[in-house]
Amino acid sequence: MVAQLTSGERQLSLVVLFLLGLAGLAMGVAGRGDPIGVHGLMVLVIAAGLAFVVMASFYAPEPSPERLDHYYDDPSKVGIVLTMIWAVIGMFLGVWVASLLAWPDLTFDAGWASFGRLRPAHTSAVIFGFGGNALIATSFHVLQRTSRARLPDQFSPWFVLIGYNIFCVIAAAGYFMGVTQSKEYAEPEWYADIWLVIVWVVYFAIYLRTLARRKEPHIYVANWYYMAFILVVAILHIVNNLAVPISLGSAKSYSLFSGVQDAMTQWWYGHNAVAFFLTAGFLGMMYYYLPKRAGRPIFSYRLSIISFWGITFLYMWAGSHHLHYTALPQWVQTLGMTFSVVLLVPSWASAGNALATLNGAWHKVRDDATLRFMMVAAVFYGLTTFEGSFMAIRPVNSLSHYTDWTVGHVHAGALGWVAMITFGSIYSIVPWLWKRERMYSARLVEVHFWLALAGTIIYVFAMWNSGIIQGLMWRTYNESGTLTYSFIESLVAMHPYYIARAFGGLLFLTGAVVGSYNVWMTIRSASASLAKPTEDMPEARLSPEPAE
Amino acid sequence: MALEKRDPVTGRMTTGHEWNGIEELETPIPRVVIFFLVVTILFSIGYWIFMPAWPLGWTYTKGLLGIDQRTTVEQQVEQAKAERAVWMDQIEQMDFATIQADSALMGVVQEAGATLFGDNCAVCHGTRGTGGKGFPDLAAKAWLWGGDPEAIAETIRVGINSPHEETRTSQMLAFGRDGMLDRTQIDDVLAYVQSIGTASEQAQPTPEAAARGSEIFAENCASCHGEDAKGMHDLGAPDLTDASWIYGGDLQTLHTTVYSGRQGHMPAWEGRLSAADRKILTLYVLALPQEKQ
Repeated sequence: MVAQLTSGERQLSLVVLFLLGLAGLAMGVAGRGDPIGVHGLMVLVIAAGLAFVVMASFYAPEPSPERLDHYYDDPSKVGIVLTMIWAVIGMFLGVWVASLLAWPDLTFDAGWASFGRLRPAHTSAVIFGFGGNALIATSFHVLQRTSRARLPDQFSPWFVLIGYNIFCVIAAAGYFMGVTQSKEYAEPEWYADIWLVIVWVVYFAIYLRTLARRKEPHIYVANWYYMAFILVVAILHIVNNLAVPISLGSAKSYSLFSGVQDAMTQWWYGHNAVAFFLTAGFLGMMYYYLPKRAGRPIFSYRLSIISFWGITFLYMWAGSHHLHYTALPQWVQTLGMTFSVVLLVPSWASAGNALATLNGAWHKVRDDATLRFMMVAAVFYGLTTFEGSFMAIRPVNSLSHYTDWTVGHVHAGALGWVAMITFGSIYSIVPWLWKRERMYSARLVEVHFWLALAGTIIYVFAMWNSGIIQGLMWRTYNESGTLTYSFIESLVAMHPYYIARAFGGLLFLTGAVVGSYNVWMTIRSASASLAKPTEDMPEARLSPEPAE
Repeated sequence: MALEKRDPVTGRMTTGHEWNGIEELETPIPRVVIFFLVVTILFSIGYWIFMPAWPLGWTYTKGLLGIDQRTTVEQQVEQAKAERAVWMDQIEQMDFATIQADSALMGVVQEAGATLFGDNCAVCHGTRGTGGKGFPDLAAKAWLWGGDPEAIAETIRVGINSPHEETRTSQMLAFGRDGMLDRTQIDDVLAYVQSIGTASEQAQPTPEAAARGSEIFAENCASCHGEDAKGMHDLGAPDLTDASWIYGGDLQTLHTTVYSGRQGHMPAWEGRLSAADRKILTLYVLALPQEKQ
């Protein structure tokens, strides 16, 4: 893969890796005896390892100019493999933390295996490791096809993909060492955050530079969503992570915000991370792979417009519904609640647009588990957004908040929507990228589909039950006006549901393992390579002088 | 450039755009979407009119209903207090014996006490008050500091070996580690303890060892545990003749206890729970049903 880089790109890679290694060394020296020092040494080792990879092919001959006749898909290929690796790691950690709630002894008395450390490792591994890699890999693929333009250079996509995974590894390693800034979904400390900003700016630049060179007059909907995802996540990430480290040699920092402002900033971030990372990005994925796989035109262009602007505008206001009945002034809660209610309409419009696109292709949904993954994803997207708007209503929230219902809601979205649309897209993209006729085994895709669906349904039903029982137990009073149940009694009541939830998660993990095996075998099956599809190349090369 | 085409399935025209084979239809926005958009926006506007909603510099629109969550919660707390006052006042004012004789009040004690106990005491003493290793069984009524209501209430108030100024203080000395008794002496005194009570069914002690142990006991242990080994409430020293063992009555555990000593902790609840709540807990603990062994 390095041989594909031009000599200039190889030199640039070495320079960047040298600087990265230097930064790692500085962290290691300045942070002796602190987790940041361990992180620094990790960065140094990673940079040195990558430098060896680059140097091994440094003097390989220049790549042929023919490469420009094809889209640049190597980073997407590596990204897809990383996606599946992170999926298995993240979902394994998920099954572990779920089991921990049913059988608390599963920490084995080790500090790193305590719930408080495993839980962010799980959420980061699935959201950022699995989801983020899937978004990066597919966005490069979709961006080039819908622009009919090659990526602007071959260095920056690697910088984004590898840089992003370094961030994920630093984050996960930090949690096990106890490094956290205690902000949900924004746990990594200041230096990891700064690194992610650099990576993210390069990512956005790739998007703008490719779009600027596009050979299509219009920008496709999928790219609106991918761009919204990149741009807004940058804004959220920077604002919520504003913090002052106690020293340059320490992993510990203090947030710029305090008290209720800190809470509001965090949930403005947290809810928009759901909106722009877990929704907008994956809607971009859906808008390309679903119509492509179904072979159907998008149901309504106008509906796409109203949904896109509805979602981007309304989500920005909704975060305060995480802070109902708290010290947050009530007027902020009112705004969060009402905008959340209106938000249901563009959300359902998106889900409806996806499902209506399948009109004329329902026989394919029946026969093709890949397309069925995407169809079910759209259904779960609809279900989850309805549930979300419902739970944002204050009186409903007074029952649901702080209970497992919230956990169930998040997983209806994460398993049912995010993971399902990702698996559907992966089963589409893998044969295309590796030029195979089809996946190694259609049967295993089918097995994965039913494992994933069964796992999601068991999980979500278990959490609905336990969440509502919890909520009711916590608010039930005796005739004498005292609480009927102690907290510990509600825990005892949760036990069977926690076992059911761990079982549902185990099914989902098994599906991901089956999927990884299928992807791996597809990549390895060297034989039935397709002849180069003549259409799948940049416009510039298809017709040197576009007739405009 | 692709041009507008008619989609054979829906009969709709495409927009004429095409991206790598993906096209879009010119379907107008379904009316139901517009309808629900209008409905939800009208709901929101209505909600804004009646509830606190929009910021205006240093203040905000208060809403026609004049509802504010802070006053709401204050009112609810007041109301709940008033509802509980019916029996709370009686519990605060009446003495233990009178409350115990009042079956209606004891019903309240059972209800409120169960939750108070579950949220505050069960973590150590167990949900049914039966304790565990290192934590006394309250249902067994083998009281360390006395079993009358006043003594139990005092234990709850100040705790044992707690940071409270008036804390109850108790310590079992480390007779072995601190060199007060050697190994054979410990074995002998344990043989004596075995001979007078329920400790350890294993390894029957010889009468000679028990006799030697009896002397050692009188010299070293009786000052706290009493000459009859039935314990002393003033010092929180346990009765060694009954069936209750805090840390365990097997020979190995007893040896550890005598060798290394013990000093258990119970938090002081004054300042965390109101006097009435502590009174309820006292009565609740006294009324705990004894578990069948």
